[in-house]
Amino acid sequence: MKNFLITFIIIFIPVKSFGLIEVDITRGNLNPLPVAVSPLSIDEESRKNFENILKKKNIGSEISSIVENNLRISGLFNPLNKDAFLQEPDIANLKPRFEDWNLIKAQALITGKVSYVEEKLRVEFRLWDVLAGKEMMALAFTTVPNNWRRVGHIITDKVYERLTGEKGYFDTRIIYVAEEGPKTQRVKKLAIMDQDGANNKFLTLGNELVLTPRFNPTSQLVTYLSYFRNLPRVYLLDIETGTQEVVGDFPGMTFAPRFSPDGKKIIMSFAKDGNSEIYTMDLENRIVEKITNHPSIDTSPSYSPDGKFISFNSDRSGYQQIYIMKSDGSNVKRISFGKGIYGTPVWSPRGDLIAFTKLHKGKFYIGVMRTDGSGERLLTENFYQEAPSWSPNGRVLIFYRETKTDSSGKGFSAKLWSIDLTGYNERQVPTPTDGSDPSWSSLLSN
Amino acid sequence: MSLPFLAKKPIDLPPIVSVELIQITEKTNIPFAPKAKKIIEKVKEKEKKLVSEQAPPKKVKKIKPDAVPMPDDKVKKVEKIKEDKQNPEKIDNEVKQVSEFEKEELFDPNNIAALIDKSKESKAETLKKNPDLSQDQNKNFDNTGLSLSEEDALKAQIFGCWSIPLGLPYNENLLVRIKLELKPDGSVIRSEILDHARMNKPGQGFYKVLAESALRAIKLCQPLRVPSTGYERWKELQLNFDAREMLEG
Repeated sequence: MKNFLITFIIIFIPVKSFGLIEVDITRGNLNPLPVAVSPLSIDEESRKNFENILKKKNIGSEISSIVENNLRISGLFNPLNKDAFLQEPDIANLKPRFEDWNLIKAQALITGKVSYVEEKLRVEFRLWDVLAGKEMMALAFTTVPNNWRRVGHIITDKVYERLTGEKGYFDTRIIYVAEEGPKTQRVKKLAIMDQDGANNKFLTLGNELVLTPRFNPTSQLVTYLSYFRNLPRVYLLDIETGTQEVVGDFPGMTFAPRFSPDGKKIIMSFAKDGNSEIYTMDLENRIVEKITNHPSIDTSPSYSPDGKFISFNSDRSGYQQIYIMKSDGSNVKRISFGKGIYGTPVWSPRGDLIAFTKLHKGKFYIGVMRTDGSGERLLTENFYQEAPSWSPNGRVLIFYRETKTDSSGKGFSAKLWSIDLTGYNERQVPTPTDGSDPSWSSLLSN
Repeated sequence: MSLPFLAKKPIDLPPIVSVELIQITEKTNIPFAPKAKKIIEKVKEKEKKLVSEQAPPKKVKKIKPDAVPMPDDKVKKVEKIKEDKQNPEKIDNEVKQVSEFEKEELFDPNNIAALIDKSKESKAETLKKNPDLSQDQNKNFDNTGLSLSEEDALKAQIFGCWSIPLGLPYNENLLVRIKLELKPDGSVIRSEILDHARMNKPGQGFYKVLAESALRAIKLCQPLRVPSTGYERWKELQLNFDAREMLEG
């Protein structure tokens, strides 16, 4: 009877239970993530060796400064002031005391060690999640000492990818047209530099006018336009070997050759019989194929990253707008419908957006829109700016901006600028001379 | 054919950088930095002070609907609160926002009537045994969810702590569900990612990044702003972190 009662109680007396409460978190902050970049630790013997070779007093600090600067210019990270650090680099390089880094509000920590091993530079680095108190990544790089800047960029790419979920863009280079002299007599040279402005080198001597250099997305090959006896020519330049060749002479106005995503073709516009159309050229057999066929002016073609579509400018609606079509020239569709004139559409390497230049009421804008033309966002406005080029991860645009000439004909300048997709992180990219027509390379290391 | 003159030194690519994975030790054996030890102690002291300094606002909570007593003396109390809230000189902007929110709950006659009815009908026996039981405590027995204001407070806190990784692909399924086991003060005893298996699936690297950011937000926000009552109700809580809205916008 007693057992029966107990069973009865268990079965029939309701016991209050609570369902699991769910709370939806659909918003967060977009503030830069506080990150501590500890100077890389270095033993005294290695420090002296590198000082002799590289003429840098402490290569560990130099590399960490590159990482710190890269993270800062990305706009997504807030590298904390080193004066606030409580741990010395040699201690931090072992397993850090997270309490110390928590105190200065760091959410991520980068530590590491530099050593001189068999005449090479060996850099170990570790990324720590300070709040979770765990290691997120540990890698070591070995290379020749002169390559130290690149190691800093590669470390940043790894950290960036681990913390944001997308590939970085720091171990990359920019090719651009370096300009010097008064506006009416500009000397223009091809120049190349790291994405942070370091290691600037001039590739041509400035005897000929050079325009619109563009990187091959799959290699260190560049195509650009130059004039020979007043005729436009398209060239290919191999940056690794320094060899170059003429792709061909093209009639009339020739514009902005670009590579296809597989690097096997170039696409450009030129005016044959007085009408500007879009053409492709196969780089293996040099066969030229006409893609558009319309009495209007079609220019500035750019492939989608899958190679299936092409965006371009056309004035077929009366004034210049952006259109897309299949890569064989079929299914032409206008995608820009805003007020003003649209130009230089460039398809994002992510495939989701098209960047463009827009002229409206005397102002130039750099903006982005989705590939169906929706969601137009103007990122930056100025007196004159154009020619956006995407970082390989599709997050940042580099372009050039010119300033007004004053009444005495002075004051003109052309500088490279970058802006990210938020529109808030706008920066001038340092160049030793004026610069225009920048093109961003793909990642040097993958 | 003529070629543009190249600079004498053609630039070459820097040599390849070899990469290797390295091991780490699991636990730190580094002593506190002498500077840090002092600072940590100071911070702990400050935290203690902060807790005691934060105590007075709890008195304010008494005027929230949480503490409105049950039917017998409810009408009088409600009127009293009304007077307090309507005195603009005493309330600053922030308090006003809270009080406006509360007003809706407090002064909606239908709500009051409903509460009275409910309590009369279903909780008569309980009330006899617990004459001092407040409406809010009573509500806890009925509701399995958080009230709107409780949920909003928790959400607002976590919004501030969650740094969304901006590089995530917004067209993917970006929902991370985390189950928490909480202490009465809102600190986290245990957190568990419900779709944990997804973290190590190939092609789902972005999910791991998102999940880690969510866990960081929880750690940063500790202790969570949980209701002061009804611990049994919320001692286990599931947070659904969804970044799509932010990333698409």
